[in-house]
Amino acid sequence: MEHAQAQQGQQHPIAIYLWIWVLLFVLSTMSYLVDYFHVHGYLRWFLIILFMLLKAGFIVAIFMHMAWERLALKFAILVPPLCLLVLVGLMAIEGDYTFLTRLASFLK
Amino acid sequence: MTNNMADSVSAPSGLRGVASDWSADKQAFPVPWGKAMMWIFLLSDTFIFSCFLTGYMNVRISTTVPWPNPSEVFALRIGGQDVPLILIAIMTFILITSSGTMAMAVNFGYRRDRAKTTALMLATAALGASFVGMQAFEWTKLIVEEGVRPWGNPMGAAQFGSSFFMITGFHGGHVTAGVIYLCIVARKVWRGDYERKGSYEIVEIAGLYWHFVDLVWVFIFALFYLW
Repeated sequence: MEHAQAQQGQQHPIAIYLWIWVLLFVLSTMSYLVDYFHVHGYLRWFLIILFMLLKAGFIVAIFMHMAWERLALKFAILVPPLCLLVLVGLMAIEGDYTFLTRLASFLK
Repeated sequence: MTNNMADSVSAPSGLRGVASDWSADKQAFPVPWGKAMMWIFLLSDTFIFSCFLTGYMNVRISTTVPWPNPSEVFALRIGGQDVPLILIAIMTFILITSSGTMAMAVNFGYRRDRAKTTALMLATAALGASFVGMQAFEWTKLIVEEGVRPWGNPMGAAQFGSSFFMITGFHGGHVTAGVIYLCIVARKVWRGDYERKGSYEIVEIAGLYWHFVDLVWVFIFALFYLW
């Protein structure tokens, strides 16, 4: 069933798009309010990342119809970007190292 | 194609489905090839934007000069009062709205409603164009009034300018290309090209690209403007 649908093209009720639209509006407003009310520290990072991932998830799952695709396609598209976490981790370490080196050499 | 369709209707789902989709001597992804290719293109684009954002993270961590506060840099004076990030918030809402209209255009495309599909796609393109217009305004303000350059700025860390122009410029380029792409496809929908072809999958493929542009903006908004 799930698959027959993918063959004929993605066809879903309009209401689901409108709901996701509203939800994205609410999430964007909430992330804007994080800045507006000057939330700082770990709470700010947590909230920003949370709203970002929720919005990204809804866009990919519903607007881009990933939720209704077969698992093989989901894996092929969604797993490779996880490699980027390694890059982010390495570059964060590298950035810290550069920062400390700069402190040691320039700000004596 | 027909063969594949017959195969995959009875195909198992879940992990067993992954194994059978990849191992049997057949097309792995039971979607139109254009859609699979668009997904793979978007995957590669994900890596490009991630490299920009990671590079931005790296220079922001490593600079010894304080990073300019985006909340203040991108504030607009409205009625004698500084409203933080207001233009960026409006741009975010516009892009989300354009994603909504695009999703509905795809839906009406599959229902073979040419008039509504064309109208919604043109609305999407118009919202996209207004987004680019606001970005041009933002760039002008930053360059002319605030004196931000790729090699320095009066507010703090020099890397702010290069990261900003690189990331938002590349994203703006994608939006511009998307607007042109949408206009071309909308014209073809209107002319009835896909009626003759019997398939509106092109609209969905254009939609994937457009939603991706919105998706990238979600990350830029969070990581560059709000962080």
